[in-house]
Amino acid sequence: MRRWLADTGWRHLVGIAMLAFALFPLIFVISASVNPRGTLTASATLFDGASLDNYLKLFTTPTLPYTRWFANTMIIAGATAVLTVLLAASAAYAFSRFRFKGRRLGLLGLLLVQMFPQVLGAVAIFLLMARIKGVFPGIGLGTQWGLVMVYLGGAMGVNTYLIKGFFDSIPHELDDAAKVDGASHTRIFFTIILRLGAPVLAVIGLLAFINTVNEFLVASVILQSPSEHTLAVGLYTLISERLSANWGVFAAGALIGAIPSVLLFRFLQRYIVSGLLRGSVKG
Amino acid sequence: MRLGAHRPRLATGRPTSTTALIGKILLLGAINALGVFGLLTAFAVGDWGVFGFVALATVAADYVYFSKRIEAGKYLLPGLLFLLVFQVYIVFHTVTAAFTNVGDGHNLDKPRALEHLLAISEKRVPDSPLYQIVVVTGSDGTLELLATDPQGAVTLNGEPVTKGVTRDSTGKATAVDGYRTLQLRDLTTRQEEVFDLRVPLGAQGALRTQDGVTGFLARPTLRHDAAADTLTDVASGKVYRASSSGYYVASDGTNLTPGWTENVGFGNFARVLTDTRLRGPFVSVFIWTFVFAALSVVFNFAIGLLLALALNKPGMKGRNIYRSLLVLPYAVPSFLSALVWTGMLNQTFGFVNQTLLGGADVPWLNDPWLAKGSVLLVNLWLGFPYMFLVCTGALQAIPSELNEAAKIDGASAWQHFRRITLPLLLVSTAPLLIAAFAFNFNNFTVIYFVTGGGPNLPEAPITLGSTDLLISMVYKLAFGGAGREWGFASAMSAMIFVIVAAISAFGLRRTRSLEETYS
Repeated sequence: MRRWLADTGWRHLVGIAMLAFALFPLIFVISASVNPRGTLTASATLFDGASLDNYLKLFTTPTLPYTRWFANTMIIAGATAVLTVLLAASAAYAFSRFRFKGRRLGLLGLLLVQMFPQVLGAVAIFLLMARIKGVFPGIGLGTQWGLVMVYLGGAMGVNTYLIKGFFDSIPHELDDAAKVDGASHTRIFFTIILRLGAPVLAVIGLLAFINTVNEFLVASVILQSPSEHTLAVGLYTLISERLSANWGVFAAGALIGAIPSVLLFRFLQRYIVSGLLRGSVKG
Repeated sequence: MRLGAHRPRLATGRPTSTTALIGKILLLGAINALGVFGLLTAFAVGDWGVFGFVALATVAADYVYFSKRIEAGKYLLPGLLFLLVFQVYIVFHTVTAAFTNVGDGHNLDKPRALEHLLAISEKRVPDSPLYQIVVVTGSDGTLELLATDPQGAVTLNGEPVTKGVTRDSTGKATAVDGYRTLQLRDLTTRQEEVFDLRVPLGAQGALRTQDGVTGFLARPTLRHDAAADTLTDVASGKVYRASSSGYYVASDGTNLTPGWTENVGFGNFARVLTDTRLRGPFVSVFIWTFVFAALSVVFNFAIGLLLALALNKPGMKGRNIYRSLLVLPYAVPSFLSALVWTGMLNQTFGFVNQTLLGGADVPWLNDPWLAKGSVLLVNLWLGFPYMFLVCTGALQAIPSELNEAAKIDGASAWQHFRRITLPLLLVSTAPLLIAAFAFNFNNFTVIYFVTGGGPNLPEAPITLGSTDLLISMVYKLAFGGAGREWGFASAMSAMIFVIVAAISAFGLRRTRSLEETYS
């Protein structure tokens, strides 16, 4: 028994303790979302009654365009993730497979510029988007495509660096063989590099998606009318107005809003560790 | 597979398929069309900055994608364009603003501020004639004044009109061809715009209206002396002088608003050190930012590592269940979790006090020290799964020979961990730890959603709290309620940027993770 404790038992103790820590907020949210009274006070008692009122309110209250928020978030985060992967991967391909002037400096410069968080530039972003609206109304202030473009400004940087590390570990012999067979560099990129680099691309795409879903400040600066809001902005305004009273509805909205990220995470989890470590450490 | 006498084609020879070529031409055609559209509209609205950029970007795209010599550029250009506009330009704009006093009351440049001051000082010229007014709107939606003077002459925006005017029984012009007359309902919704309307009438002054029904001749009560750069109140004779503070200031210290954007050099940077009321709170925010970032990384890494070690035993029962449940906090969007924690830690209604502690009254978010602990706790919850994943990966990458060698040499479990596992783990995860430090240094989400920076420091001249990080302080300066100070906020932004960049550069150099780049 003592040997079991020293060998395996403590592992379960640590695991169970951390499970309790990790899961109790989630259990609290689930309980709050089905709480019929829907206030913060009432939610303090776990599973005090069960009803779907809060969920119904989400989809039926006219002043609460939850469905729109959800759709907006999916469109914006999906587009940002896909385009981020494309931009960062093609830049990484250039840095990994071509030798050109300013390559070293360029890579360092990318990392450096991205250290400037967009939160700090929010004022400048607002003024810039207002200006772009004057010329390209479709992608200026108050449009979802405008927001996606702002996010794409941060697409390179660390992402390119991580992907480049991964691409570097793809043997050059494969490229050479394809070249001998007459493949152009475009073809090598799309058929060899992108395919073999799928693990790291999945990770970068997943992180871009989650980060975009999470982003609050720039979204609140650029999207102004309530029906254009993302989940982050919409749900925050919902409870910042009346924290206690709207708690149940918020909990329901939060649960549904978290589903896409969690599912995506489940599918891509196995790539995360290998993608991150292989990209950051050469090996 | 091609065999035989063919000479292998090298990278320079590239057979492009016809479909690829057509696709390329179509895509570039679309880009050029967009470029021309942008040029035309930028020209029409007179935005030369955008005009220049669109022209350069279009030419660059054509050059790079039609050139046979440029290869890497084809893959870099799209990302670079976004980077230039939404990062480089934003950094540039912010750094420029850092040297000015731009913000509420200082948003205009000096000529525009002067024009505005004169316009808002305008008052009705005593005993001047009253005009009968209707507000009309042209096809482009701008408002214009259709005025009938006491003699019955009609002007539209100061220009006499004779044709197409509809008059009512009193002779007042009520409509004119090509324009729509605003009804009372429109007038109330566009009140401010109507109030700001002014029709310059040369030396006499300007025609203005306050209700959209009667108009009057108005003249500024301030007189500008261009040589001395002073404004004189015509009635009282009070003189306001242009000052380096960006205001016209009178000798008794009163100033006219709005002021203008004035260059203040390093004033914003010096202010945090010289303003004695600001210095104390700033220093505490500054220190807390470092403490928060460092402790977050240490705690998250320690717990993540402990878990990874605990669950790193092949064949352990339930290992997969542990793993998939433990990463849930990382998968849930962090703004949602942060908001949930805010509710749970609420002093009076929260789950933690009410249920877990059986009705306790612990001020989790309202006591300065407890609040600091709470944000660290929430951040641990949000961040430990990431470190767990990373450590698990790194543990599995440690060569098994090393572990066996340690066993043969009779190393104790602690020695094994201390001398072999930890050093190797630190080497492989160092770049990620530095990135995590930089991320937490600017972790706006946790602070903003959990405590909002509070509880507030009573002595600070601006709203600052004891859990505020530099980044949330900047947010409050730039977007907080009254007296937004964009110049000052920009200076702080630039400073944070330099700190984070320096720390990261130093850290990355130390870990030599950029080694490959330098080869």
